[in-house]
Amino acid sequence: MTGATAARVLQQLRRDPRTIALLIVVPCFLIFITDQLFADEPQVFQQIGVPLLGLFPLISMFLVTSITMLRERTSGTLERLLAMPVAKLDILFGYGIAFAAVAVVQATIVSLVGFGLLDLTVVNPKVLVIALAVANAILGMALGLLVSAFARTEFQAVQFMPAFILPQILLCGLLVPRDQMAEWLQVVSALLPMTYAYDALSRAATDSPLGARFWFDVIVVTGVTLLALALGAATLRRRTP
Amino acid sequence: MSAAISIRGLRVVRGGHEVLHGVDLEVEAGAVTGLLGPSGSGKTTLIRSVVGVQIVSDGEVSVLGLPAGRRELRSRIGYMTQEPAVYGDLTVLENLRYFGRILGVGASRVEEVVDLVQLGPEHDQVVASLSGGQRARVSLGTAILNSPDLLVLDEPTVGLDPVLRRALWDFFHELAVGGTTLLVSSHVMDEASRCDHLVLVRDGSILATETPDELRSRTGAADLDEAFLRLIDRRRP
Repeated sequence: MTGATAARVLQQLRRDPRTIALLIVVPCFLIFITDQLFADEPQVFQQIGVPLLGLFPLISMFLVTSITMLRERTSGTLERLLAMPVAKLDILFGYGIAFAAVAVVQATIVSLVGFGLLDLTVVNPKVLVIALAVANAILGMALGLLVSAFARTEFQAVQFMPAFILPQILLCGLLVPRDQMAEWLQVVSALLPMTYAYDALSRAATDSPLGARFWFDVIVVTGVTLLALALGAATLRRRTP
Repeated sequence: MSAAISIRGLRVVRGGHEVLHGVDLEVEAGAVTGLLGPSGSGKTTLIRSVVGVQIVSDGEVSVLGLPAGRRELRSRIGYMTQEPAVYGDLTVLENLRYFGRILGVGASRVEEVVDLVQLGPEHDQVVASLSGGQRARVSLGTAILNSPDLLVLDEPTVGLDPVLRRALWDFFHELAVGGTTLLVSSHVMDEASRCDHLVLVRDGSILATETPDELRSRTGAADLDEAFLRLIDRRRP
């Protein structure tokens, strides 16, 4: 049933070629713009380019999942599914597998652009960046699923992006290194999952061998994903008011 | 009479208001029972309570001998919601195949259901491009996929043309003859005559439970719309 749900989600996505195009083209375009923006300071692009590659899937999957899940809730299909002999985890993992597959494609193509055309370099195997990107995509999916329970309309769901994701982009260390932030911002930053996703990507680009901090980041990202999935599962109610 | 559904003292509160005020009801197995009443009378809430997706504040709902909402019932109840709960961006066949896989139903049954709900010519069309009545039939098809023992249909014939409506009611009776219990809601009184049993609901309470003939003879009204009005008048203090 997990497989059936994953196949169904991909089938739905296939019906929407414009969304697929946006998922692939927009990150490529943004990474190119970033490259051009720092044309005179290539070392800055080196520093933020690789983390960007891995953070795009988190952002896109967050958005796609929160809207898709909201649609399932408002169209009644979720209620129908939950009245059928299906486990909640089948639904969640179905979504997870489908979006992870999309993330593999997205991360691979954006990486090809970043590594192939824009000369980004990493000291570790490039596939590590793609693996982290996929992990981030699943984190984005889990978070999107969770927040979709708190949105009544698509307007609200879209607003969760600036409310939930933008602060994380600002505070994760991408724009200003964390140790240069005001102390209270460092504390906030330490509480946000994207901080660890960013740190892992940035270390994958520069640290060889990978230290304990990298693996700590990976554990935090995995842990937050599982926690968000568990909380997300709790929001899938078979009985509603 | 053996009861497929048995409800005792059901109370449901939605949005701070009590919408069902202690409902008692028995629904006979292997028959078509019509749940009739104006919109806003509590039909959908009653139906949701039977299916087990409604949080109830008091009372007992027993379905096929088990408390409503039990895991074992999920594969034995077919549920069609008022709004067609199907994926608009998938085709008719893709929708039915997906729900079929969830219900553990084979490909041949999926094909059979496409024919039963008369969507053969549209099977490859995306549901969003279909008419309201066709979408409703995709939703109905989903509800009957696993040949459930109890079929609960919330206003299945809204917006359908008379020919199709007659065909669907004939189909409901065929299912009942085959042993399926059907609970069908409608706010159109002229559909009442097509039911074996009637449950008249108004303002969250049950006004009457009887056969169409009993209702007509008891109220002395020729048509059921009039009978319904007379019942309401009699109740007035």
